[in-house]
Order: sequence, then structure tokens, then C-alpha cells
Amino acid sequence: MIAKLRAFGAFWYDFVVGDDWTVAVAVVAGLAVTYGVSRTSSPAWWILPAAFVLVFPFSLWKATRPKR
Amino acid sequence: MTTGALFVAVFLACIVEAVEAATIVIAAGTARDWRSALLGVGTGIGVLAVVVAALGPAVSRIPLGGLRLVVGAILLIFGLQWLRKAVLRASGYKALHNEDLIYAAELAAAQAARAESKRGVSDWYAFTLSFKGVVLEGLEVVFIALTFGSNQHNIPLAAVAAVAAVLVVVAAGFAVRAPLSRVPENTMKFVVGVMLTAFGMFWGAEGAHAHWPGSDGALLVLAPAVALVALGLVAVLRRQRALDAAIQGGTRVPSGVQG
Repeated sequence: MIAKLRAFGAFWYDFVVGDDWTVAVAVVAGLAVTYGVSRTSSPAWWILPAAFVLVFPFSLWKATRPKR
Repeated sequence: MTTGALFVAVFLACIVEAVEAATIVIAAGTARDWRSALLGVGTGIGVLAVVVAALGPAVSRIPLGGLRLVVGAILLIFGLQWLRKAVLRASGYKALHNEDLIYAAELAAAQAARAESKRGVSDWYAFTLSFKGVVLEGLEVVFIALTFGSNQHNIPLAAVAAVAAVLVVVAAGFAVRAPLSRVPENTMKFVVGVMLTAFGMFWGAEGAHAHWPGSDGALLVLAPAVALVALGLVAVLRRQRALDAAIQGGTRVPSGVQG
């Protein structure tokens, strides 16, 4: 039963989060910041593109750095 | 607004939404699995029909912003995963696939995925992407038809215009399906990753109450911009890999390159 639950959890984790959890965290954080800024008079549309430009290269760097 | 103007306004507005849904479905079907993608479309249409039948005109009270936020977040995460793999493959890092790096947890995940496929869906990614795209954009089509139609006291005509727009886009989608199937797999996955990332950013930000300059037209800038960044990263990684290979004899195994 525990093995099945673990497999079920692993499936959904892999399905939603994928290979790099930092990307998923960055997306959620980016949306939260967007929502926060949108409550002010400042434009908030640029936050997710900016997060993409910062986080995506970082994720690729982690995937390609030498294994220690 | 005349009857003709009402028809044209609803038709054009619904074309935009239907094209967005069709893009997601074609991407999911071409890059992953058409059967699962079409099952997602069918299920999405079924859910839409039930929602509209149950709520009637009250359907316009559904919090579309919250739906956009959730769908946008998931599309963005999916899109970045796909784009990450496509960039790694295009730059040569994906070729260094090492089966030893596959964790036991992923094996269990694959077993769970097989169990899920017994329910008739062989690819949950394709199903989920299509389903979410159809439900979200379908609701927008319904909203447009209801809003324009009720304002002009002619909901039937607005509904006909909306259905006509959807049918035109479906026909166009079938027309481009065959040529798209001849595009190389990684190129297609790269494009799909770009589209999902762009749509995810667009819908997610809208769901978080951000306003895009140019409204839906922002997608026409966002998608090429994402593609340019990704192509730039492919170029950088190719150069880095060539340099590393020259220095170290190309014997190293990168971490985190899986699947």
C-alpha cells in the first residue's frame, strides 16, 4: 500500500514538477510576485518574462555542470 | 451594433480564443500523442457542455482569473520542462543520456503511469494540455458569446458566430496537421516548449491580474522572444560543450541530464 502511494506521489511529482524542482518553485514565486505588484499602480506583466530569463539559464547550467 | 456587426465581432473574438486552444491541442498531439490529445479535447468539450447546461447565463460568473492562474502556472512549468530538454538535446548534452542516472523513484513513477494508462489515456501530458486549453478557451468563447449576445439581445446569433469561428479553426487545424507531422521531432518539441512557455506566461500573468501591453497581441511578441532566448542558450551551450570537450577530452558526464 505504501509502495503504491509512493509510486502515485512520484508519478504526480514527475508529471507536474519534472526534472528540476527549482523551475516549478520559480514559476509559483513569479506568479506570487506578479500578483503582488499588480495590486500596486506599477505594471506587472514583465515579471514572468524576467523570471524566465533568469531561471531558465540557471536550470540549464545545473543540468550541464560537471558531475562531482 | 447591427446584426452583421454582432456576428463579425463575436466571430473574430472567438477566432482568437479558438486559435489559442487549437495551438495547444496541435502542439500536444503532434509532439506527444494524438489519441490522448483528442481525448482531452472531447473531455474538455464534455465538461464545457455540462457547465454551460448547468449554469446557463450564470456561467459568466465563473472566476476566469483563477482558472487562468492555475492553467498558466501548469502550462509554464510543462513548457519550461519541454524547452529545457529540447535545448539540452539541440546543444548535444541530451545525447550524453546516462541510464544510470535514472532514479528508482522514476521507475516507480513509470509504473504508476502505466496503471493510469489503463483508463484509456496513454499520454497524460497530451490529455491534460488539450483538456486545459479547451476548457479555458472554451469558457472564454462562451463568455464572449454571452456578453456580446446579451448586450445586443441576440444570444442565438452570437452563439452561431462562436460555433462558426470554432469550426473554421478546427478545419484549419486539420489542414496543418499533416505538414506538421513531417517536422523533425526535436524541432517540434522545441517549438512546443516555446509555445507552452509563452502561453503559460501570458495566461499566468493575466490570472495574477497583470495586464499585457497589446492584450492578446502580446503573444505575438512573447513567443518569438522566448524562442530567441532559447536559441541563444543552445548556441552558448554548444560552444561550452565544444570547449569542455577540447579541454577534458569529452569524457565527463553532466549531472541532471535525464530522460
